[in-house]
This record gives sequence, C-alpha cells and structure tokens, in this order.
Amino acid sequence: MSRYLASRLAEIAITLALMSLIVYLLIGLMPGDPIDLMISGDPRMTSADAARLRAVYGIDKPLLERYLAWAGQALHGNFGYSRSLNQPVLAVLGPRLLNTLALAGTAFLLSIAIALPLGLWTAARPRSRADYTVNLLCFAGISTPPFWLALLLITLFSVKLGVLPAGGMAEIRPHTPWPEAIAQQLRFAVLPIGTLLLLQLGGYTRFMRAAMIETLRQDYVRTARAKGASPTRVLWRHAFVNALTPVLTILGLSFGGLFSGALITEIMFAWPGMGKMMFQAILDNDYNLALVGLLFTTFTTIVGNLIADLALVAVDPRVTLASRLR
Amino acid sequence: MTMKGHRPAQVSALFLALLLVLALAAPWIADARGIDPTMTDLLRRKEPPSAHFWLGTDDLGRDLLQRLLDGGRVSLLVGFAGALLSAAIGAAIGVFAGYYGGRLDAVLMRVTDGVIALPLLPLVIVLAAVDPQKIGIPQAIAQSETFSLWRIVAIVSLMGWTTVARLVRAATLSLKAQDFTRAAQALGARPLRIMFRHILPNAMGSLVVATTLSIGGLILLESTLSFLGLGIQAPAASWGNMLTNAQELLQETPVLALWPGLLIFLTVIAFNFLGDGLQDALDPRSERRA
Repeated sequence: MSRYLASRLAEIAITLALMSLIVYLLIGLMPGDPIDLMISGDPRMTSADAARLRAVYGIDKPLLERYLAWAGQALHGNFGYSRSLNQPVLAVLGPRLLNTLALAGTAFLLSIAIALPLGLWTAARPRSRADYTVNLLCFAGISTPPFWLALLLITLFSVKLGVLPAGGMAEIRPHTPWPEAIAQQLRFAVLPIGTLLLLQLGGYTRFMRAAMIETLRQDYVRTARAKGASPTRVLWRHAFVNALTPVLTILGLSFGGLFSGALITEIMFAWPGMGKMMFQAILDNDYNLALVGLLFTTFTTIVGNLIADLALVAVDPRVTLASRLR
Repeated sequence: MTMKGHRPAQVSALFLALLLVLALAAPWIADARGIDPTMTDLLRRKEPPSAHFWLGTDDLGRDLLQRLLDGGRVSLLVGFAGALLSAAIGAAIGVFAGYYGGRLDAVLMRVTDGVIALPLLPLVIVLAAVDPQKIGIPQAIAQSETFSLWRIVAIVSLMGWTTVARLVRAATLSLKAQDFTRAAQALGARPLRIMFRHILPNAMGSLVVATTLSIGGLILLESTLSFLGLGIQAPAASWGNMLTNAQELLQETPVLALWPGLLIFLTVIAFNFLGDGLQDALDPRSERRA
C-alpha cells in the first residue's frame, strides 16, 4: 500500500512540475505583457518608465529564470498576486472553487442519480423501443455544442418566457434566512445545472448500459438465472454490482475534471467559478492566476484518477494494488 | 464489414456525404447563384429568406447559406485533418510502445496517462492564445487564414491522440505474439517493417472506428474555440464563430443563432452514429448480432 501510494504521489509531483513549466513557458508566449497593459492604460508613461517597470517586476529576465523564481516561491506556499484583480491568488481562488463545486458537483450527482438506473433499465431490455429512444437521446446529449445548448436555454427560459435569470449569481442580503437564501441562489443555478446535466447524462448512461450488457453476458449471470434467482435479484445483486467497477473508474476520472469541465457553462451563464476565472485570467494576461488555476485543476484530475484506482481495489478483490503498479 | 440494420449510421453516412459535397462545391454554388459570400452590405442586414438569399442574410448583410457552407468546409476539414493527425500520432506511439515493450512502453504509456489527466479545455485555450510571432513565425504568415486553420488542427490533435495510442498498443501486444509476426521476424524483417506492414494493417479496423468516433469531438472542440474567438478568425466563416455574437442577435433574429448550431449538432451526431455503426459491424460480439 505505502509503496504504491509513494509511487503514485511521486508521479503526481512530477506531472505538476512538468505542467507548471510548460504552462509557464506557454503563457510567456501569449501576446503582450502586463507592462504593455499598463502603458496602454496610462498615456504619460515613457518607454524608459516601461523598461524600469519591467526591471522592477523582473519581466526583462529570461523566461526560464523567471519560472525558477516562481517555482521557488510556490514551493514555499507563496503563489503571488492576481494582477487583474489585485488580490492574492489564493484569496481569488477560494470562493470560485466553492461556486464551481456547488454547480458542477450538483450536476454530477444528479447525472449519476439518473444515469445509473437509466442505463440499468435500458440494459435489461436491449433492442426494445425504449432502449432505442434512450440511446438516441444519449447521442443527442453527447453531440450538442455546450455553448449552443446554453444559448437555446437562455433564449427559451430567460428571453421568451422570462421565468429564470440569464446569468450571474444571486446577491444574498445579510440576515436572509437560509431557506430563502438557497431558494434565491437556486433560481440562478437551475439553467447552468440543467445545461451540465443534459451534456453529461448521455455519456454516463451509455457507459452504464454498456457495462451492464457486458456483465449480463457473463457465465455467473446465467448460473444465477439457472438457479432460479428472480430477475430483479439477478439484475441488482449479480449484474449491477459487477458492472459498477468500470463505471467507478469513469466516475473517478470525471470527478477530477469537474473543476474545468464546467468552463463553457460558467462563461455562458456568467457563473463566477474556476472555469470562467481561468478563461478571463488567460485573456487578461494574468499569469499567476491562470497558472495556479490550471495547476489546481490538473491536480484534482490526477487525484480523482488515484481515488478511482483505490476505489477499484476496495470493491473488486481481483484487482490488487500490486497489479496496478506497472 | 457491413452496417446493415444500423439505420442511424446509414442515414448519417448519407447526410455527411451530402454535406461534404455541398461544402466542397460552395465556391461554385456561390458563382452559380451570383453571390459573393464575403461581401458585406449594410443595407441588406438580417433579411428574411428570399429568392436571392435562400436563407436570408446575416447581421452584416452576407448570404447566410453561403456562410454556412463555407463554415462547413472549415469544420469538416478541421475534423478530418485533426482526426487523421491524431490517429497518426497515436498509432505511431501505440505501435512502438506495444512492440518494444519494457522501459519504452512504460515511459510512453505514463506520458499518455499524463496527457489524459490534463484539464483539456483550459489547456487548449492557453495553446490557442499563444502569439505565434513570439516563437519567430513572421507576421504575414501568422495572420493568414491558412495558418490559423492548421494551428487549430495541430492543437486539437495534440489532445486527441491518447485514445488511439492505447488502442493500438493493446492491439500490438496481441498481434506481436501471432504466428505471422513471428514468421516475418524469422525471415529477418526489420522491426519498422513488421510494425508498419504486418501489425498496423491488422489493427486498421479498430483504428478506423476510433478515428471516426473522434471526429465529432474534434469538431465540437473547434467550434467551441472559434465561438470563444480563439479559433477560426473572422472574416473567415466557421460554425463556431458565426455564433460568437449570437447572444446579441437572439432577441431580434434567432434564426441566425439557430442554423450554425443545428449544423454543428447534426454533423457531430452523424459522425458519432457512423462510428457506432462501424463499431457494431466490426465487433462480432456486438449486442446487435447476439
């Protein structure tokens, strides 16, 4: 166990270090630099001022040297300031993390709650009319451009019907009783959550259905049927439990991607979360913020992956940690 | 290999063939209709469909149908080229990892796993935001339409090769133990020849399926980037960038936001159905045959 964990943790550290280097270099290649932005904001600045400022901020140094300086600070827990928001990066990150978690987490849980039973239900009646219909809808969900779906929902519910807000979050006044606060926030969250749900549902359902069909074909399922176990018992006790293992892996992978997966939805609905923050930071040339955002989302993805692997070992006795260690 | 009985895949193949022909013939169609799709005309903005403008005009007075066909050419090109390029990268990595095994395999598969674990969308946005002039590409080239097109192809394929790499590696592992591979080795064939003449052709079926299935996702990615203003740049048309200011148009002329999105949706779903049909036709254990 400890050897396995040590090897995986080392892997995470290496990935993050490489990722930070690559992204740092890439961001250095984006058009303009922060001093350019200052110059365009202040007509009195001369090129001598600009050069002095570049020296003060260390932007005149080679990219690699700047990266090492950044990495040294980051290792001490100092992730610097966001230039566009004039706040420490970590202070910017905190609330946005929670916003994304609330949005994407709810959508994730709802999708699983619907997709697992739905996939099981269709797998139990393959090639039926219901199966074909669900399959068609799943394909539709997978193939919809996220931004277009958001546009359609906004048009229908905000512009035409005018029943839901088109974007943003509720500004809760202090001392609002919490049931009312949640109700207010929910009105803003319905459309973005609905968008994410429609986009994710198809993939999960198809995956669950495929895993179930595969399991239902196994010999032990036939044995259970031959012994006279009831169809419900065969479906849940023998097939469902075994079909869960591949599904678990996919869920672990998607859980890690939760923080960046809602990017488009957050942009479309002006939901102040991680995805929208990263996008804005990249456009605003806000190095520190974009870099830390990207590193954090990478970190959650890898950790999600690790959790999926550990969960697999926990539920499936055939899989051992040693066998996962290549 | 037949897709008999897979109705959605058949309809999809027909739809895609029609779309491909129309998109490729777009310049001639424009000539025949006497329309210049690039010409803006502020006096003819947002016109309803007419005998001259079959689908009406957009917010700058350009013919919507021609713009849609031009955008289709871009989307299909990015989809096909991106899928082929990622299939090539993935196949090369997969066959080398599988054939040589050992340390090379371990390193290549760790890299593949690493790329899979990356947050795709934010990273693609960073890549798309990089200024090509800062890596020494001359301005004239960096700002040309062709460059922005191939840059998107390169970006989407950098992210898309991992599935194929894993697939080809798995196929290689089983194929290299087969008699015909051993026979080739015994005859003294060099490793490269064995990999590309004996192993890859035998993995072609699943390679084609994976490539077809990836096209839809790549088209979605391209349209998303173009929608965000980081992909195909105006005035060149792409289904994604035609929707960039759709949010403002929605109140007045929702059709302008409807058509490009509908075409992205139909094209992507068609590629997904086609890939699904191919997969069923190829897999003898497939549930449809069972």
